[in-house]
Amino acid sequence: MTDLHTPVTPSAHPAPLGTPPDEVQPAEAKSGMAAARRRRVVMAGLRVGIVAVLLVTWQLCVNAKLVDPFFWGEPSGVWASLRDWVTIGTPQGSLGDQILVTLEEAVLGFAVGSVLGVVCGIALGRVRLLAELFGPFLKAANSIPRIILGSIFTVAFGFGIQSKVILAVVLVFFGVFFNAFQGAREVDRNLIANARLLGASRWRVTRDVVLPSAFTWILASLHISFGFALIGALVGEILGANRGLGLLIRSSQNNFDMNGVLAGMVLVAVIALTAEALITLLERRLLRWRPPQTHGGAAVE
Amino acid sequence: MAAIELRNVTKKFATADGGTYTAIKDLSLTVEEGQFCAVVGPTGCGKSTTLTLVSGLERPSRGEALVHGEPVRGIDIETGFVFQQDAVFPWRSVLDNVAAGPVYRGAGRSEATRLARDWLRRVGLSGFEDRYPHQLSGGMRKRVALAQSLINQPRVLLMDEPFSALDVQTRAIMSTELLQLWDQTKPAVVFVTHDLEEAIALADKVVVITAGPGTVKAEFEIDLPRPRVVQEIRFQPAFTRIYEQVWEALRAEVAEAYARTTRVAELAS
Repeated sequence: MTDLHTPVTPSAHPAPLGTPPDEVQPAEAKSGMAAARRRRVVMAGLRVGIVAVLLVTWQLCVNAKLVDPFFWGEPSGVWASLRDWVTIGTPQGSLGDQILVTLEEAVLGFAVGSVLGVVCGIALGRVRLLAELFGPFLKAANSIPRIILGSIFTVAFGFGIQSKVILAVVLVFFGVFFNAFQGAREVDRNLIANARLLGASRWRVTRDVVLPSAFTWILASLHISFGFALIGALVGEILGANRGLGLLIRSSQNNFDMNGVLAGMVLVAVIALTAEALITLLERRLLRWRPPQTHGGAAVE
Repeated sequence: MAAIELRNVTKKFATADGGTYTAIKDLSLTVEEGQFCAVVGPTGCGKSTTLTLVSGLERPSRGEALVHGEPVRGIDIETGFVFQQDAVFPWRSVLDNVAAGPVYRGAGRSEATRLARDWLRRVGLSGFEDRYPHQLSGGMRKRVALAQSLINQPRVLLMDEPFSALDVQTRAIMSTELLQLWDQTKPAVVFVTHDLEEAIALADKVVVITAGPGTVKAEFEIDLPRPRVVQEIRFQPAFTRIYEQVWEALRAEVAEAYARTTRVAELAS
């Protein structure tokens, strides 16, 4: 488990990887927009090309006996596993069920962990006494490799979804917490002074100034946190479960079926990317008020 | 009774290296009800500190700050404050920014919105209700800040170099608009600036502060007739005469403050 101590900086995120930095500007001519669109199409084509080349190379290496598919799997085998799971079902029930179980654990863990992280982070960021009192405990807790807790939770809470959700919560909490805390600390003092002079109570200042201001930080951490929630769910399932993608991967491994392991990985990647896209949408919605990062907003006057 | 009174206030701040820094020392200042007072002084003389003491954001280390005869004990919501930098809430639309004060003071949502629309009209921002601050120019954002403050009908209005970030022309226009708005509710104003021309054009009284630690060096009554048009007032002979007088008092302080900063620069280099 990596150390989450250093908060994720918010600025690292608004431009998702792979987006050209100079996206369409309203003021620019139509030809510019057409060129940008062409560029995007070409870019997408190139990316698909790279994936195709990698997969084909891999398959060819297997066929030429340069790579042993027993250890490393092969694209055709991965595809066959996926197809079987979809059409026939997995050894432990329909594929949809496995995905849903894992998703449920990850989403629940993500939601609970994020809410707890935001609430605690803002509270400690706003109330100095709490920060001084609990700071050392949180730092200590953060330094524990939390994956180990998975073993305890599995024993204590059993093979159901509970133990996975709790592990996911623990993994999500710290990242969100430290970012919310930092965000609450970095609020522009003028904004707080202004709100107070306008008559805002302490609670309203927290709700109307600190929280929205910290949201830039919080959202940056949410991007990574869903990944952690997924890790929590999967590791929990691998440690002991009766359903879920983690179990599917685990049993494939037990059968020395590397294609099954890789197929499970592909499914997890699809889930993670979908979640990432949803969080980006949420971010755009919630941070509408923010000026565009690279260029100044279209000022009137 | 004076609207604002500072009685021999001293404000010290703790510095990072464990020492103390005296921002203002034995400063006394009185602003009458409905009076527009401009405070000028060189950079770093503690002008802004006087405002934080009147507003209750800071407490004096010695002396007393009074508003309407009552000692300032905390933030008083009868006091309006316009900041030097943008302090409008970037995540709120223009309308919601202006409506914030009434909502915080317990007005209903619809009442607050009605008031906010009225004030946006007064500052000439009708039609921009749904914009976010970053979509506005600097001058427009300042007008939002003014409306946000004035909607609460403060009896005391404190302004900390509010127009310093604006270009010269916009600044003069905004100053004239400020005078018109001030005329509608006539709060007592303390307007901090380092621009003497702006100070004389706006104020009934100009107070010159010494190079830090700041204390009052001289006060000047400005008897130029109102209503004033800031863009043109400097052409009046009376304006030039007053300017010369006040500058006489300010010049030495500016020179002193400048000499200090250059000395610091020399020592550092």
